Amino acid sequence: MTRRLREYGFITGFLAVPVILYVGFVISPYIQAFYISLTDWRGVSEIPSFAGFGNYVRLLDDEVFWQAVRNHGLLLIALPLLVLSIALFFSFLLNLGGGSKGGQMQGVWGSKFYRVVFFFPQVLAVAIVGVLFQSAYRPDEGGIINGALIALGFEPVGWLTEPSIAFWSIIGVMVWQAVGFYVVLFSAGMAAIPKDVFEAAALDGAGRFRLFFNITLPLLWDTLQVGWIYLSIAAFDGFALVQVLSIDRGGPDNSTAVLPLEIWKTAFNYSEFGYASAMGVALFFMTITFAVLALRVSRREKIEF
Amino acid sequence: MAIKTENAKSAKTPTRAAHAAPRRRAKPNPLTGLAHAALALWGIITVGPLLWTFLSSFKTNTEIFGNSWSMPQEWRAESWGRAWETAQVGKYLLNTVIVVSAGTFLTMLFGSMAAYVLARYTFPGSRLVYVIFVSGLAFPVFLALVPLFFVVRNLGLLNTHTGLVLVYVAYSMPFTVLFMTAFFRNLPTSVGEAAMIDGASHTRTFFQIMLPMARPGVISITIFNVLGQWNQYLLPLVLLADNKEKWVITQGIADISVIAGYEADWPSLFAALSMAIIPMIIVYVAFQRQIQSGLTSGAVK
Repeated sequence: MTRRLREYGFITGFLAVPVILYVGFVISPYIQAFYISLTDWRGVSEIPSFAGFGNYVRLLDDEVFWQAVRNHGLLLIALPLLVLSIALFFSFLLNLGGGSKGGQMQGVWGSKFYRVVFFFPQVLAVAIVGVLFQSAYRPDEGGIINGALIALGFEPVGWLTEPSIAFWSIIGVMVWQAVGFYVVLFSAGMAAIPKDVFEAAALDGAGRFRLFFNITLPLLWDTLQVGWIYLSIAAFDGFALVQVLSIDRGGPDNSTAVLPLEIWKTAFNYSEFGYASAMGVALFFMTITFAVLALRVSRREKIEF
Repeated sequence: MAIKTENAKSAKTPTRAAHAAPRRRAKPNPLTGLAHAALALWGIITVGPLLWTFLSSFKTNTEIFGNSWSMPQEWRAESWGRAWETAQVGKYLLNTVIVVSAGTFLTMLFGSMAAYVLARYTFPGSRLVYVIFVSGLAFPVFLALVPLFFVVRNLGLLNTHTGLVLVYVAYSMPFTVLFMTAFFRNLPTSVGEAAMIDGASHTRTFFQIMLPMARPGVISITIFNVLGQWNQYLLPLVLLADNKEKWVITQGIADISVIAGYEADWPSLFAALSMAIIPMIIVYVAFQRQIQSGLTSGAVK
């Protein structure tokens, strides 16, 4: 009996602090957010007044909100597509692109070096990368890209000032930062595929293209899925980069608006806490809907090896 | 499946291998050249902006607004001094180190304690506690932003490092508990049981036996948390807004980039950026194996 009691004492002792912290700072705010979203609270009054679904009705007519939703839709398609294809291409070259030597498939010369270098952007904080690219994207010859364009005789491009280009410039930075991580991720996945599968196919006369599409891709399916889900989660964020990098925080003309940034601005610049929380709830339902769909779609026969 | 195909092939391999080898040597595949070009290009795209930032910190304002592809005329290091002292990069870096070390240490301590109990003990509600911890992964932090601000304010912890650290710890729990629980479940039970029979308490068994056994997991998740908390921008922006003395590096750099516009001190901005980038690159190159596996272990479980 005392042994059992001592065990429960130990369990309580170990769980108390983590649970209190977690419930206080994570769970309770999440629950409160749903309630606050139904009020028109502006942070002044002690008790917020109930506004029903007023905030949600207002959302339906909010141009910026819909622009942000469209941008997340674009990110959801473009980000995984670009990052995964570039990363797959490089990880194939780095791990198997060198053909077979001495009965072993290997990467091209210098693969170790490239794998280290490609990962550099991943260890930098997103906000810092944003500030860096603010300078790199400068519209005159002081910008790193426009400097090169002008030297080659082209017109400089307003990377961040042109509403039709601005969001793509931001996607470009996301891709720049993400590729290295997925190269390493896929390299780990490829290392787990038994070498003799490649040997057999190569001896059978399969070229590099067939090796890639008929062997590597199907056997890497699980890892690809994980990458796709990670990038899709990232597609619902974008806060730090857009906040730091874009003109007027989401501009020009709200062309780079993303929901997290709108939530932050609505809450902490305009003190419309009820409305900001409604946006948060909308964002939550979008993520959950996506997660459920993703789980359904991605279920596929697993290839055992 | 693999073994079967191997055997089937091996019968006809010798002749083919004999043909293939000399042909390859005689005519180098043009694809290999393209592959190298593509890799080198991406290498330049990755390193280029970082190198350019470093070089720009030695330029003057005029040079910075001139052709971006030129080298600095002379190597002036004054901007580094201004960034460190006037723009307070030194202070921001120190604040970040304080917040991230405290945050990661407490995350790992509390996260492993909770995970250990959830992995190795059965008690009423244990499953529920685990599910609540892990469900946090499904919620975007932006949903909690408004109430979180008021929770921290009501505790009187707004604009303090303590408040930020506690929030970091709380929001790092889901991931840490998920992976540490999986790790503790897979450890052998016999060693811990032997210690208990020898009279060690539950607490002592955890700290002296089980935690050291879980070291590989602890290292991976620590790296993951260090980089995650170092990267944070949203939470400090909301929770430390009014006290510039407490700011972390991401906030500081973003602020310096705004100030650089008013004061026209661009070399300082580049020096500040370099100061934020170089330590991370050095740490990464020194521990690249652990960092790469630490970050990707979350994905390949």
